[in-house]
Amino acid sequence: MRITQGCFSFLPDLTDDQILTQVQYCLDKGWAVNLEFTDDPHPRNTYWDMWGLPMFDLQDAKGVLMELAACRKVYGDRYIRLSAFDSSHGWESVRISFIVNRPANEDGFRLERTEGDGRTQRYATRAYSLDRPEGKRYS
Amino acid sequence: MSETPKINLAAEFAQSGVGPVLRQLDDELIGLAPVKQRIREIAALLLVDRVRQRFGLTAQAPTLHMSFTGNPGTGKTTVAVRMAEILHKLGYIRRGHLVAVTRDDLVGQYIGHTAPKTKEVLKKAMGGVLFIDEAYYLYRQENERDYGQEAIEILLQVMENNRDDLVVILAGYADRMDKFFHSNPGFRSRVAHHIDFPDYTDENLLAIGEKMLATLNYKLSPDARRALGEYIPIRRARPHFANARSIRNALDRARLRQANRCFAAGDVELTLDQLVTIEPADFRQSRVFLESPAAE
Repeated sequence: MRITQGCFSFLPDLTDDQILTQVQYCLDKGWAVNLEFTDDPHPRNTYWDMWGLPMFDLQDAKGVLMELAACRKVYGDRYIRLSAFDSSHGWESVRISFIVNRPANEDGFRLERTEGDGRTQRYATRAYSLDRPEGKRYS
Repeated sequence: MSETPKINLAAEFAQSGVGPVLRQLDDELIGLAPVKQRIREIAALLLVDRVRQRFGLTAQAPTLHMSFTGNPGTGKTTVAVRMAEILHKLGYIRRGHLVAVTRDDLVGQYIGHTAPKTKEVLKKAMGGVLFIDEAYYLYRQENERDYGQEAIEILLQVMENNRDDLVVILAGYADRMDKFFHSNPGFRSRVAHHIDFPDYTDENLLAIGEKMLATLNYKLSPDARRALGEYIPIRRARPHFANARSIRNALDRARLRQANRCFAAGDVELTLDQLVTIEPADFRQSRVFLESPAAE
């Protein structure tokens, strides 16, 4: 099941050229670009690992693409997303975020039902990949 | 080919917008003839390459990494800024900004600190010009475990792989740069243009001084001009002479004395002319004159 979160996730995966253009847009707006990766695809998982530090003071998107290439080399089998942080007063938050790398096969989620008090049923979605230990989920 | 398309290089040149930058270079930078010559050559090559590309001829992006050698105060940094502008106008680099760094910005203090630091700088310089001042400090011969070597290796790699993304300019004093290139053959072969910045002549320095003052809305009285003309050769003979930088410092001190003189005049009304004119006394009080036997 294809994970759809962040911008552009209903479109085909962005090519490197398209990523470059998006990043350049972010940089021209003065946002700091970050790279994050994870192998827990649950939509409520907000704690992705950061790849290096946020990239402040960049002028050209090529530098970000260099880092992305380095990140893919190490974590190419995981989700990698790119987010841009706007530090200007009143915003001070992430303005755009999109997935730039996915595992080869995304095996999706199963629905888990739990019996609660009385006749209540509680539901949870759980990624199949979480059955495997961290670091080996997509390799 | 049935019809040979023609191209007008002059029109191309006018369209590229490099002309004004080169003219500005001519106007604002005094002396430095070999430097200007080389910059013009590079501009011509890039322009011709661009035209060739339009005809489908192979136009491999030329290597434009440069080394600027010259004594202190000969305008290396100033030219580097201009160079970034020219390369940007010619479409060789995408952004045209200049990132000026020294050893401290590239080399870390402990194991594993250098690579991220160097990469950080390189990322910032992408699409522009990376200016490494006093580049020879990167390599410390006497300490083989110095982290500078690591920075050099990353630099070399990026200089080779990202040739169309950034231009690296190494700058430093001629003799030490020679030694640096000698011990790092990798750099030597990757740096295509070695530009030597000659020392300024006394007349050049005088003209530079006047130009500096003009931008600050000051002017020299005729006598003061003569005093500055006498000052320059004396200053040159003294230690730590740094060409244009020494002149700038001398002018700064002259401005101090001028302000002090105006102030010491007490309760009188100053004319605008007095406010902007530097008098010979402002130079004559300099230590350079007082300590030199020629002045007596």
